[in-house]
Amino acid sequence: MHDLIIIGAGPAGITASVYAVRKGMNILVITKDIGGQAAWSGDIENYTGYQFITGPELAGKFEEHMRKYNIALNENEAVKEIKKSDNTISVTTDKGTYTAKTVIIASGKRTKELNVPGEKEFKNKGLTFCATCDAPLFAGKTVAVIGGGNSALDAALQLINIAKKVFVINITAGLGGDAVMRQKVEESKIVTVLNNAQVTAILGDKFVNGIKIKRENKEEVLSVQGIFVEIGLMPNSEFVKEVEKNQYGEIKVNFRNETNIPAIFAAGDVTDVPEKQIIIAAGEGSKAALSAFRYLAQRRI
Amino acid sequence: MDKQVKVYSTPTCPWCMRTKQFLKENNINFQDIDVSSNQAAAEEMVQKSGQMGVPVLDIDGQIIVGFDKEKIKQSLGI
Repeated sequence: MHDLIIIGAGPAGITASVYAVRKGMNILVITKDIGGQAAWSGDIENYTGYQFITGPELAGKFEEHMRKYNIALNENEAVKEIKKSDNTISVTTDKGTYTAKTVIIASGKRTKELNVPGEKEFKNKGLTFCATCDAPLFAGKTVAVIGGGNSALDAALQLINIAKKVFVINITAGLGGDAVMRQKVEESKIVTVLNNAQVTAILGDKFVNGIKIKRENKEEVLSVQGIFVEIGLMPNSEFVKEVEKNQYGEIKVNFRNETNIPAIFAAGDVTDVPEKQIIIAAGEGSKAALSAFRYLAQRRI
Repeated sequence: MDKQVKVYSTPTCPWCMRTKQFLKENNINFQDIDVSSNQAAAEEMVQKSGQMGVPVLDIDGQIIVGFDKEKIKQSLGI
């Protein structure tokens, strides 16, 4: 049995692992990938100590730091269930079951999906969740950006310089996000913003060739070759049923990173901590590890 | 003989960077093809992989989509 199992290896999970192992705890890290959302980020200019670093580089530094300590790490493994009975927590994954005295959930967030017909079939066939990655492949094409917040505006701004025509399909009455970005998008001659518009289906043959939307109770089809889904993020918290969550599915924690279940802690973007930032996730991870350490020390278990 | 490795990528894509970093760490020589500035290469990539996401690796004709570390390792025998 481990002292601590950490679920996730983004900034929160990795920092927790470094703190825990330095406290002499016997730990295991179970994760799908390394770096989490940080590995997806573009330029980072607000992580103290680095005036400028890219997401993949910072994620690489985190990984290097963790690996320095010879930490038991199960990569490419997805947690399916966490159960607590007496003083043992069992963590079941797609590969096995592990037990620990304490657990830190640091599983982060993932991009939200549309849940409409055609979305799965055309993923990476014209439909993408990473404008930063795939925008250049849509040179001279007509595309749609779904969403109305900062990430949608960011995608639209990237596409303005590449695509022939950009539709922004926004479900609310007006675009949100930062005023500066919004203005740039609205002023562009190749952008058409469609407010109060809901996506109902993704259409295509081998690749995307259209999108069906509903506005004012009327359905219409726009002819597009590319669709960029930027409708926000959702927490990876489905596998843990018993802990208390807020209306967004984020795990509720107190200032010690305790959940409502003793011995189960949580940290980073999967929690209801205000502000989702790399540096905050890292700090929360360290706090969670120290809380788990304190929990075991006080009970001498 | 060493396998021929091609990486179809865009300069902005985080997973492309990690893929290339991984290959470099393992001393694998590869041809880096920037599909954002080369339309013909972009079409070639879509045709080979049947999809439009980057990165795509072509390892002696075997196509791997995304930074799939396990598949890449297997294909290269590392």
